[in-house]
Amino acid sequence: MPKPFIQMFSKNKFSAYLFVFIFFIVSVFAGISIGTVQVPVRDIIFLFSHHFFGTPLDGVDASFDNIVWKIRFPRVLLAGLVGASLAVAGAAFQGLLRNPLADPYTLGVSSGASAGAVMVLFFNIQLPWLSGFTLPVVSIAASIVTIFIVILFAQAIERSMKVETIILTGIIFSSFLGAIISLMIALTGEELRQIIGWLLGSVSMRGWDYIQLILPFFLAGTFLLMVHAAELNAMSFGEEKAQYLGVNVRRKKLIVLVAGSILTGAAVAVSGTIGFVGLVVPHFIRLIWGPDHRHLLPLSMLAGAGFLILADLVARTVISPTELPIGVITSVIGAPVFAIILLRKQRKGRGTA
Amino acid sequence: MIEIEQLSGGYDSKLIVHELSFSVQKGEIFGILGPNGSGKTTLLKMISGIVPASRGSIAVDGRQIKEYTPKELAKKLAVLPQMTPQAFSYTVRETVALGRYAHQNGIFPVWRKEDEQAVMKAMKQTGTLQFAESSIEQLSGGERQRVFLAQALAQEPEILLLDEPTNHLDLSFQKELLDLLKKTANDAGLTVISIFHDLNLASLYCDRLLLMEEGRMSGLGLPSEVLKEESIQKVYKTAIHQRPHPEVPKPQMSILPEKTAQEEAEIRIDETCVQQTSEWISLESPILLKTLSAGVIGAGWGWHRSFVNRHVDKNYWHDAYKEDMKVFLKRYHFDVNETVGMMTAVQLDTAACRFVEVEDVSVFAVVTAGVGNAVDVSRSIEHNRAFLPGTINTWVFANGQLSEEAFVQAVMTATEAKVKALLDKQVKDPLTNSQATGTSTDSILIAATQRGAHQAFAGTISPLGQAIGKAVYECTVEALESNQRGEKKT
Repeated sequence: MPKPFIQMFSKNKFSAYLFVFIFFIVSVFAGISIGTVQVPVRDIIFLFSHHFFGTPLDGVDASFDNIVWKIRFPRVLLAGLVGASLAVAGAAFQGLLRNPLADPYTLGVSSGASAGAVMVLFFNIQLPWLSGFTLPVVSIAASIVTIFIVILFAQAIERSMKVETIILTGIIFSSFLGAIISLMIALTGEELRQIIGWLLGSVSMRGWDYIQLILPFFLAGTFLLMVHAAELNAMSFGEEKAQYLGVNVRRKKLIVLVAGSILTGAAVAVSGTIGFVGLVVPHFIRLIWGPDHRHLLPLSMLAGAGFLILADLVARTVISPTELPIGVITSVIGAPVFAIILLRKQRKGRGTA
Repeated sequence: MIEIEQLSGGYDSKLIVHELSFSVQKGEIFGILGPNGSGKTTLLKMISGIVPASRGSIAVDGRQIKEYTPKELAKKLAVLPQMTPQAFSYTVRETVALGRYAHQNGIFPVWRKEDEQAVMKAMKQTGTLQFAESSIEQLSGGERQRVFLAQALAQEPEILLLDEPTNHLDLSFQKELLDLLKKTANDAGLTVISIFHDLNLASLYCDRLLLMEEGRMSGLGLPSEVLKEESIQKVYKTAIHQRPHPEVPKPQMSILPEKTAQEEAEIRIDETCVQQTSEWISLESPILLKTLSAGVIGAGWGWHRSFVNRHVDKNYWHDAYKEDMKVFLKRYHFDVNETVGMMTAVQLDTAACRFVEVEDVSVFAVVTAGVGNAVDVSRSIEHNRAFLPGTINTWVFANGQLSEEAFVQAVMTATEAKVKALLDKQVKDPLTNSQATGTSTDSILIAATQRGAHQAFAGTISPLGQAIGKAVYECTVEALESNQRGEKKT
């Protein structure tokens, strides 16, 4: 991307929002429209209008209604929510940990969620009052338990909870939980494919129920992070400086950690561990439009949603009818893009570390 | 403003600061000094609330700092640390604007007019407005430090804490920063508490100083009370020499470097160093000599290598005679910065010199003397103010290490010897017809090698004084005699 282009966009925050929003909308329509059955954009708009405002269908194919409203739209929506959650959480963690290479999985939250999910699959647990929801609910619970254990442990090491301590604690727990997951995989027989498939991540065949499951966590987590954008800015200059500027560092850090973990845990619970979204998207946005979290968080949210919708679209169409795990796609796209960003940045650019 | 009582504290169980008590008044610039590891930064962090006090109290405006919320404290007190880590490339404006955090309220804070004004003012004061839109990563260390100072000023604090603020700054910005702080302290009543590495800067800018040694108070008071040679030498465990600032009534400390053997080898100044032409007499020293003089060039205290006595016509008159002297020196390839220059209307072949050795010290004197405008000092008030080129120029070179006291006494002794010579030669003041004591434009130079034996005194009966007395008296007499002979001839 040539420099004048970057400069043109970095000058104007309005154009940034416009650009990212158009990207998101285009992704949504592409995600709904493209597939084994093509649905024209005009029909999609009519269908939306019908479902949201009760307008007549005006001769739209009835099977389209099924495809769009029962299958593709919830799938696109779920992919969008997961992508948005991971990107916002990633942006917040990178700011809090003052490390542009941090991602939502750094603190072991995803390992906690995965361990919970794999345990459900491995033991074939079926909680009676949750039935089909056993896995995501257990998974979210496991992720929240994990972040609190990580925080308590970090606090036990050092009362002031420096970010370095939190990162180290997160890595310890990640490794430990990873080992437990590996153990279960090693001991498993028939469910192996199921477990691996879940671990690689997917948003297929989840339906509206999963959207209802992730939505409250997404709203709560995103809201909490967005209102702490100024604190995240202050904390990027170190915790000491943030305190000098008037930030109640200990409390705000805890809120950001918990909010980010809720987002991550919920995303992992409904879709498995999808890598790279939380790392690449905020990094990319920061590179173009600067590190100010008041803009970084909402821009990352929209871009993350659009990115994951497109990744899902590729995952299900590239060797159709077979579906690839979405995590594979994000990594295959994400890793080279990330490598190119790093190379370019080394040569010129805004110099973001 | 700030009251600190019996304050102790440190990290974990290790106490670093011990039982400090002091207070800082509003509008005061308070400096904290001490060698590395004396607990300066820890003290500053305790005042700013980062490191908790284990005993004692810190009160700001009569309220314990523990009782302030972080935002309340940030409105009272801003901190400029030595280094601020930065992970992302915020623009300068974004960075400075963060200083307004404590002043903003609500879930989605609104950027008000007074926020913008405070940010603009801070950037203008610190000269960072010019790179408002560039990324802080593109700036040099000193420019960054100024940006973070702007950030601290944007907090509009009553108290500013600084940890070695001039560390990354070049000379002009050190001065600008400290002048700015001094002005803000005076005009707006900003209280400044700052750690200083540089004792001289602290002396120049601080109203009061706290000297710390191993976490305890070693001195507290005015710069002149705290910056004593002995106490600084004890606390910093190094050789320090204290001198007053040349223009400001504040003490200045100089480091005394360890001397190498080459620098201690004795040097002898004698007639072999002298060169003479019809236009000038010069003496070239192999090393810089410490000088106290009243020449045209290089007057006052200094260190000089070349000494030039220039012959000028009796009717020489030049408005900018100093500039003229510089031009003259340059023409003959003397380094103006390392030269003491004098003028005389006397024929230079009448100059006299003597080498006198007494005990462990030797003196080499060079005198040119003419008494055309001799003056009796006791009746000099009767003379009008015609300024004529100097007529008795006395140079005294001492091969020894002189104290400043010895320099002053050397001037007295040499002057007395000169007066005695005039007396013995019965030189009369032509106006009053009484005994002359000198001429209206006499000049003197005392120069010392500052090597060899230490000479504390140069009074008339000290070895150095005896040598000066003999050398100057004999030279002056000889110069007067040859000058009289010369005048009779012409």
